[in-house]
Amino acid sequence: MSDSAISTTEHAPEHPPGLQHHFAEMEQQADSAKIGMWAFLVTEVLLFGGLFVGYGIMHARFTEAFASAHHHLDRVMGTLNTVILLTSSWTMVMAVSSARAGKQKNLVRYLTVTLLLAGAFLVVKYLEYSHKFHEGLLPGRFYTYAGPHLPEEFLFFSFYFMMTGLHGLHVLAGMIVISWLLRRAIRGDFSPSYYNPVDMGGLYWHLVDIIWIYLFPLIYLIS
Amino acid sequence: MADVASTSHPMAAGEPAATNYLKAERGFKSWIFTLDHKRIGVMYLWSVLLMFLLGGIFAMLVRLELLTPGKTIMEADTYNRMFTLHGAVMIFLFIIPAIPASLGNFVLPLMLGAKDVAFPRLNLASYWIYVIGAVFGVVAMVTGGVDTGWTFYTPYSTTSSTSVTTMTFAAFVLGFSSIFTGVNFIATIHRLRAPGMTWFKTPLFVWGIYATAIIQVLATPILGITLVLLMMERVFSVGIFDPRLGGDPVLFQHFFWFYSHPAVYIMILPGMAIISEIIPTFSRKNIFGYRAIAYSSVAIAFISFLVWGHHMFVSGQSELASAVFSFLTFLVAIPSGVKVFNWLATMYKGSIDLKAPMLYAIMFLMLFAIGGLTGLFLGALATDIHLHDTYFVVAHFHFVMVGGTVIAFIGGLHYWWPKMFGRMYSEKWARIAAVLIFIGFNVTFLPQFVLGTRGMPRRYYNYLDQFQPLHAFSTVGSWILGLGLFIVLGYLLASLRKRYDAPPNPWGGTTLEWTTSSPPIAHNFEHVPVVTREPYDHSPAPAPAPAGD
Repeated sequence: MSDSAISTTEHAPEHPPGLQHHFAEMEQQADSAKIGMWAFLVTEVLLFGGLFVGYGIMHARFTEAFASAHHHLDRVMGTLNTVILLTSSWTMVMAVSSARAGKQKNLVRYLTVTLLLAGAFLVVKYLEYSHKFHEGLLPGRFYTYAGPHLPEEFLFFSFYFMMTGLHGLHVLAGMIVISWLLRRAIRGDFSPSYYNPVDMGGLYWHLVDIIWIYLFPLIYLIS
Repeated sequence: MADVASTSHPMAAGEPAATNYLKAERGFKSWIFTLDHKRIGVMYLWSVLLMFLLGGIFAMLVRLELLTPGKTIMEADTYNRMFTLHGAVMIFLFIIPAIPASLGNFVLPLMLGAKDVAFPRLNLASYWIYVIGAVFGVVAMVTGGVDTGWTFYTPYSTTSSTSVTTMTFAAFVLGFSSIFTGVNFIATIHRLRAPGMTWFKTPLFVWGIYATAIIQVLATPILGITLVLLMMERVFSVGIFDPRLGGDPVLFQHFFWFYSHPAVYIMILPGMAIISEIIPTFSRKNIFGYRAIAYSSVAIAFISFLVWGHHMFVSGQSELASAVFSFLTFLVAIPSGVKVFNWLATMYKGSIDLKAPMLYAIMFLMLFAIGGLTGLFLGALATDIHLHDTYFVVAHFHFVMVGGTVIAFIGGLHYWWPKMFGRMYSEKWARIAAVLIFIGFNVTFLPQFVLGTRGMPRRYYNYLDQFQPLHAFSTVGSWILGLGLFIVLGYLLASLRKRYDAPPNPWGGTTLEWTTSSPPIAHNFEHVPVVTREPYDHSPAPAPAPAGD
């Protein structure tokens, strides 16, 4: 490879805000972030994938116990949370499109609603968890449910708590991300030419949503 | 890419450029908070070398204990901890990050003609997460050690009273470091190549690192969740791996090897990537079969996900599954063979220059050939039943991992050392050390093939008297190998005391990293390079100037 040298644009006078020094232009920076984000989302899917496979194997092995154990879950609460998360995904989409259109007030509004919905999801989850704790429907050796049950039902709750717990941690992480976006949005950092962080935060939030869409029927709706 | 018309070469006067990355900023903080991929690569380099030393000390102690049957220097319990720590440190703290995170971090953006990796802050985070993981690993060592073997097999790992939970947590944390590096490199390779550098004008090191990054991203999360499940099993008895509670210990093996078999390709692919750089440079010839080598890296990455069951031929997996896994395992030999034959064809009629990096490349070819071929014995169902869990497996694994990856790593270190630090090392001592390492390695591990075929099981503390001579051979070999490695450390460190004396391109290399000064300036290139030629084009058009050595 022979190289003719072209002059570097690294200290070009019109440096767009938000462009890091090692990128030549905004588009390259946004594309890099997108590729990185998708690669990261793949790791997330595989992380949950491991749990899903473990759950599937144990479900196949102890079908009766899992079916009987899942009756302890509250389908109304589960459905409510599904609706909450789906709505939050919609508000997130609206936030991204507001950012793209440069409507700063709408961006702040939609991000706030998304944050509140995420919080509502965790409140419902808390109510569900405290009910389970109260009844002794706990994972592994902490399972102390007094009512009639099959011997392997505790295994269902092992998975229930690990899967929803890991998902809950992701919701929490999502709330931190959205709060950070909200702060920057209020400060006026974003514009139609620079809203990449909102876009990336949106992708992450949709992933959290999609995982729940798989978790919900897998745990709440088996028979 | 042998020349860049514009860069002024300050090395002529032996005086570093003012903006040389090592001197661009000063002070402790300028290192620990640096976003410069070169400095992060250097920090990774010293860290993995420290871990290599630690893991090496455990290895020497294990070999010393095995000098005689029964107790030589330690009790059986201590011995179990020693071989576990040797494995865990070498795998998780040394060999996985060794090439991508240290040499890769340093060289990859230079090879692409980029100013940095795509996400410099993520890169720094990756390093510090590595350090946190290493700290947890050390905590596990001093609070009781671990005696399960580095594979943490259940059910023993769920019942062992040693610090398994801490060590698995350390490996879990280290996984994040590895994922961050992988994500970063994928985005960098996709989006930060210099103008004119198409995929097929990209150096083969980049292809190898790319294939590695894909495996890091796809496989590591599975290890993460597996280790979480193991920790949950130990803390909450969740019942997934514990047969008393309805769980399945073989499920752990499936989960574990679904990561850990691809992980051995995380270890070997970067080694192969280095060899693809060294051989054309020191044969003064274009690489033979560029596309075949590039595609074979991707093919190895792909097949690596389909062979994990060959670790479980005797774990009660169905015969059909074993037969399929055995067949798929044999497929790995094809892209590996493609690489080896292309390297040999590159050397054929080349003008071979036996400098230290080339010595290691040739060593790699010989040792990896043995390591790869003995892998076929283990991939075949009938022979594996005899050889499973014997020293044959230990020898095979070390031929691939030490004879392959570590030798390539040392070769790459010699190749890029002048670029990284601007200093030339003593070629004479480098040759002496290379010979010692080659002899020491073979004396250590060749007898282990024989021990294995004769029935010596791996990880045993005690053995029959008839095995003693070969064990003694192996132990003496480990001393020679250790001596060779210490000599390497010695002359490399000694070279740092010299003035900057490395020219920009000491070996006549053709890839972009050789077009900038040694050591490079903080922003890598004075001007954004534009690529028009193939990566290993040694034809005289731009008259490569191998400026002495």
